[in-house]
Amino acid sequence: MIRDITIGQYYPVDSPIHRLDPRVKLAGTMLFLISLFVFSGYFGYVIATVFVGAVIKISKVPFRYIVRGLKPVLILLLFTLLFNVFLTREGTELFSWGIIHIYDQGLITAGLMAVRLVLLVLGTSLMTFTTTPNQLTDGLEKGLRGLKKIKVPVHEIAMMMSIALRFIPILIEETDKIMKAQQARGADFESGKLIQRAKALVPLLVPLVVSAFRRANDLALAMEARCYHGGDGRTKMKPLKYKGRDAVAYLILFGYLGLVIGSGFLPL
Amino acid sequence: MQETTRDLQECMVLDHVDYVYGAGTAYEKHALSDINLVLGKGEFIGLIGHTGSGKSTLVQHLNGLIAPTGGHIYYRGNDISAADFNKKELRSKVGLVFQYPEHQLFETTVVKDVAFGPKNMGLSKIETDMRTFAALKEAGVSEELYDASPFELSGGQKRRVAIAGVLAMQPDILILDEPTAGLDPRGRDEILDRIAQIHAEGNRTVILVSHSMEDVAKYASRLIVMNEGKVFCDGTPKEVFEKYRELEKIGLAAPQVTYLSEALRQAGVALPHNATTLDEAKELLLADWKGGRR
Repeated sequence: MIRDITIGQYYPVDSPIHRLDPRVKLAGTMLFLISLFVFSGYFGYVIATVFVGAVIKISKVPFRYIVRGLKPVLILLLFTLLFNVFLTREGTELFSWGIIHIYDQGLITAGLMAVRLVLLVLGTSLMTFTTTPNQLTDGLEKGLRGLKKIKVPVHEIAMMMSIALRFIPILIEETDKIMKAQQARGADFESGKLIQRAKALVPLLVPLVVSAFRRANDLALAMEARCYHGGDGRTKMKPLKYKGRDAVAYLILFGYLGLVIGSGFLPL
Repeated sequence: MQETTRDLQECMVLDHVDYVYGAGTAYEKHALSDINLVLGKGEFIGLIGHTGSGKSTLVQHLNGLIAPTGGHIYYRGNDISAADFNKKELRSKVGLVFQYPEHQLFETTVVKDVAFGPKNMGLSKIETDMRTFAALKEAGVSEELYDASPFELSGGQKRRVAIAGVLAMQPDILILDEPTAGLDPRGRDEILDRIAQIHAEGNRTVILVSHSMEDVAKYASRLIVMNEGKVFCDGTPKEVFEKYRELEKIGLAAPQVTYLSEALRQAGVALPHNATTLDEAKELLLADWKGGRR
């Protein structure tokens, strides 16, 4: 039931991509997103697709698993396709019926747009598939620590992010438990009209909010008991350190970016 | 089973029940495998097992919150997984008190919260009120708390109110999942005595889920031990605790008093058998002492 929702969607296998420093993956994802918007020729699409394909292959995450992550963007994809097909008025007309006109340029733009979107989602989800939420926030904290000079509370933001991420599965489990407990007392969450259903949520939401506050309280106490006082002077058990493979990954990334930008100058 | 001719119409019967979490994914887990049990009317059953042994999953099957992935569960001769089976009625007949039940309280007053169950059953106002007050009394909630907010009560009182919320549906089978978790020794004894009283007065089947051997040995007349999703053994407390060496292997233990009486017997005190409760040990020792003086 509700337990089947996976958030963070980390896929636990050991691969060269999993072992990379999270900062490399964060920067890589950013670079990849930028690269998707700089190229214009067909060659750029080929390079980007090959790049994503290679990373998927190296990451050892099953392709089926990754494709499942595309489901939520399916509707967005469909809309983009339809808008591009029906609203583009360029090139030669292929088909017209009433107010509907379809041009060949529209089909091409729609197709390319769809590829771009799919690559975008694949690229970003690859990062979450291969990096645990904790590594991600660690990477973010270290990667953005320069911003501290202009008084951005980097550590606090990272801490809030990791706490929020950590609490998602806990709250899902809690929801499941309270739902079952109320169902055991005859509560009905699945039938009835809209207003009845909204009312039926009260026995679920009140205990859930109460428990969220209780947990927040406990956590604050536990942190204080461990002398937590913010980020200054705090050391890490596993400090992030760049290794040889991270340098290689950066080289590959910039090579890829160069190729993509270079492909724009090709006569295609 | 002690009774050979038990009327199965009166019982809950589990027939080759299997349950698999997340079948077909990387997280597949066999939570229950091949559970066969007959839970008779009026029994006081202790269900014990280590964390993750499947005991909580098992009790959620009994009131239809989880459907088995294999096998059948029959309540009064009807298959509870059948399409035309009334699950809502089953849930009022098989009352399940979850772990930390006070976390599910939500109403503005104690009375309103306890009335949630009977109200969902579609009972009349008078019937709902009668059941609510009867349940509050049965669970031992004192009268001056009836109109208080459930969030103002102490831990032990909250738990009683939550138990009353299930009792108000007047179930035939009352299942309590770790009802003493997180209570101090006094609160624990009070709740357990209350449960024993509920069992004695109401002619109900009571299933007490616990990992405390002391608790279940004192009250239950039958023990079911779960290990890794299977029934490890099933019998009277005496029969089960005889096998304490096997229990130790699966991370459980017999009550301390059983170990003590075993040690006494090894040291030459002629007890006829090992005791499972403190009272029993007292009787055995007194009998031995009197016998020795004669």
